[in-house]
Amino acid sequence: MTTVRAFLIELGKTLKLLARNRVAFFGLIVLVTLIFLSYIGPLIWPAETKSNLAAIYQGPSWQHPLGTDFQGQDNLRQVIHGGRVILEIAFITGILTTLIAVTLGSLSAFLGGAFDSVMTELINVWLTIPQFPLLAILATMLKVSDVWLLAIILALLDWPGLARQVRAQVLSLKQRDYVEAAITLDLGTPHIIFREIMPNMMSYIAISLIFAMTGAIYQQTGLVFLGLVPLSGANWGVMLSLAYNRGAIYTVDALGNVLAPVGAIALLQLSLVWLARGLEEVFNPRLRTSV
Amino acid sequence: MPTPIITLKHVSRTFRVKRHLIKAVDDVSLSIGEGEIVCLVGESGCGKTTTGKMIAGLLAPSAGTIEFCDQAINQMARAAFRKYRLGVQMVHQDPYASLNPTQTIYDIIAAPLRHHKFTRAGADTRARARELLTLVDMTPPDDFLDKFPHQLSGGQRQRVSIARALTVNPSFIVADEAVSMVDVSIRIGLLNLLTRFRDQLGMSFLFITHDLALAKFFAWEGRIGVMYLGRLVELAPARDLIARPQHPYTQVLLSALPEADPQVTRNKPRIELRSMDVPSLMRLPTGCAFHPRCSKFIGNVCERVVPELTAAHGAHVACHLIKPGP
Amino acid sequence: MTPTLSIQNLTIEYAVRRGAVQAVRNISFDIRRGEVLSLIGESGSGKTTFGLGVMRLLPTMARVRQGSLLYRRDAASDALEVLKLNDAALRAFRWKHVAMVFQSALNSFNPVLRISDQFADTAHAHGYLRGNLLAARAAQLFTLVRLDPERVWRAFPHELSGGMRQRVMIALALLLEPQLLILDEPTTALDVLTQRNIIDVLKELRHKLNFALLFISHDLSLAADLADRVATMYAGKLVEIGDVFTIFQSPRHPYTTGLIRAVPTLTSDRKDLTSIPGSPPDLIDLPSGCKFHPRCPLASARCKSEEPELEDAAAGHQVACWNWRAI
Repeated sequence: MTTVRAFLIELGKTLKLLARNRVAFFGLIVLVTLIFLSYIGPLIWPAETKSNLAAIYQGPSWQHPLGTDFQGQDNLRQVIHGGRVILEIAFITGILTTLIAVTLGSLSAFLGGAFDSVMTELINVWLTIPQFPLLAILATMLKVSDVWLLAIILALLDWPGLARQVRAQVLSLKQRDYVEAAITLDLGTPHIIFREIMPNMMSYIAISLIFAMTGAIYQQTGLVFLGLVPLSGANWGVMLSLAYNRGAIYTVDALGNVLAPVGAIALLQLSLVWLARGLEEVFNPRLRTSV
Repeated sequence: MPTPIITLKHVSRTFRVKRHLIKAVDDVSLSIGEGEIVCLVGESGCGKTTTGKMIAGLLAPSAGTIEFCDQAINQMARAAFRKYRLGVQMVHQDPYASLNPTQTIYDIIAAPLRHHKFTRAGADTRARARELLTLVDMTPPDDFLDKFPHQLSGGQRQRVSIARALTVNPSFIVADEAVSMVDVSIRIGLLNLLTRFRDQLGMSFLFITHDLALAKFFAWEGRIGVMYLGRLVELAPARDLIARPQHPYTQVLLSALPEADPQVTRNKPRIELRSMDVPSLMRLPTGCAFHPRCSKFIGNVCERVVPELTAAHGAHVACHLIKPGP
Repeated sequence: MTPTLSIQNLTIEYAVRRGAVQAVRNISFDIRRGEVLSLIGESGSGKTTFGLGVMRLLPTMARVRQGSLLYRRDAASDALEVLKLNDAALRAFRWKHVAMVFQSALNSFNPVLRISDQFADTAHAHGYLRGNLLAARAAQLFTLVRLDPERVWRAFPHELSGGMRQRVMIALALLLEPQLLILDEPTTALDVLTQRNIIDVLKELRHKLNFALLFISHDLSLAADLADRVATMYAGKLVEIGDVFTIFQSPRHPYTTGLIRAVPTLTSDRKDLTSIPGSPPDLIDLPSGCKFHPRCPLASARCKSEEPELEDAAAGHQVACWNWRAI
């Protein structure tokens, strides 16, 4: 009971702090709305299974606010159905990337010595490899059709940049007086990493997580658009790819068919970037105690 | 002579900065006994902080040995090292950087208590934390335990730092400029607090400071060591060193120090230096490192021979001009 | 003789989320021609805000609530109301009439410009000398601050030591012959010997150039060494002002007394030293009456309800305390 209460109090503080930064709060609202639409929306508006040849490439109307596609299906409905996969891959990739980067980056900084040298070199080499072509090749070779597999591949490609930044952060935090105090107090390495250093990096990690997510969104929609990842079904990337392949970009009336997925992707990205702006404040203990 | 707690035997420490080797501490020998207070003074870059960090086990000496209770630290068995580790604690200079901003005062004090099983249950830990805060005059302790460091003043944070060091019952504390960043009006109170631990618990202190007047106050019955460019140049009972400085560098420092009394400070005899430039640690002068600035230097000798710290008139001085003697 | 700067009822606040930080509260005093006035006080006493206020260099969240700053370059010239200067007049006023040197000289320099360029920039902005004439003037100033002009003129800031940079900064501040130089903790980050060198330079300069000096510091020993007069600030208010010998030998404000007793000297006896209990107040939520009363050994009922204003304790010695006669 008390833990639930404590959690609610902390949640309240977090929201209050986020609300201070209007842009971030707006980002949060947009993001929550998008998540809500993507998960609850399909239950309310089921997918259209039949094509309606009488209503191909229509402009916005009351019946179809974002117009229709080459099969005469509603664009808005497709956008609602196509967010879930994108969100899942973004989220899983973001978490995996951050997890790998934080673990390896902080270990590298903390252990130093040979491990650090090898790690630094590995990161440098990794970063010189052109990412997207490699990703494209990998995706074709591995015939990715599974959300998890794609997320893992993306995470394996994305971690080095963040790991390098985490390493630099930990190196600087390691020098802090309170870490020295923890060393003379013999509190042990796990305590130093998880209690002294990590809490001071939370805002940084959270922001990095969000940017890892935005990166993953671009990469996956890119792959799907190019047809390299045979993800089927509803997906903003698939929508865009179909719109392109069916010639929607040459028809003025089909503008909605192109803009709907593009707008959805942009809105998701923007909401994440906006939200990231307020995270610094959420994790600042000085501000937390003042609300 | 009280039993020595910390003994430095010809301790040196070099750092590699780019391609240069820098000797931050050079051949320092010093012994600090139970219940003794030693102040290390000197200007920035003289090696006083590096010496303190070596004693606290945060840096290893490049040469020489440091002993804790007559046992060399680098040859200690696990249990003995653990005893040393907890036996020597450090109080840092900056009260804004020495406490983790994400932890409450209770978290900060409770972590070592729980980790080393000084206390068992949560209630037990809280009671001990209260006791420790009371010991550093933060009363009533319940007003502070659940606060974050940023909600306290500089002086209060420094008291928390001291309380944190006390959690593991140390016998030796390295205090690095521990009061230089708190308001002048409360410095004496903090130092008196530390003196009280010396008197009541027999704790020893290495107090690192750039302020000679403060060193005299704190080391009153103890000793002051003066460092210059990595070497200990004079070591003497505190009041003797201030009243009768022997090393030319100590004399210059004392004559240059402004004092909070217009009559005294304006009528001090001034000793001039030959040069205002402080030599770089990367290119130390040969012989006595102070010779390019020393107005009393003897050509040929001071330029060539590094003076050893030798007993002279109740003190230890490293200067060719001083005749050794009791 | 008319003062160089006459400060009347100056009140400065900072607007922060929690309320108004009352950094400077109704301060009035004169900075006399050619004197060294040392403003002492602890962190949060408002002394730095006061210095920035005189220069009108306050951050945007600060507001000058009331007051007047009357500046006269010399006895014959008209008084200038500093608080009413427009932007252009203000730019001309700073540096030419009043200049300021901060604690960290390194931050005051542009790291990619040579010292000569920094001088040229300042001179150009004020339509002052250029080329060889400027170099000659700078060389003259460098000699005054005991620097070798050859070594300094073409150097980058990072090539100079902390003490040298601080002296270059002082030389630059004196370029346009200001009549008031404000120094904010100019030697705090420096070592004893370097600090001594700068104090000696300042003493020499004021006798040669005869400008007034407002020396802001928490360090009583610097005030004792350098100042003609000393002013003590506490919680945004001036609580005592007087001749340096009077202030150190027979202070009348319990805060000044406490400060002097809290600072050890080489000759002081250990048992004479004691801290002031408590800590400086929260400037947003100040105590009632005299702001020092919670820490004051002499506090009476009146101190809790009424705030004392400065009154004459002796000729040229003013103190803001109800019980100054008891000290």
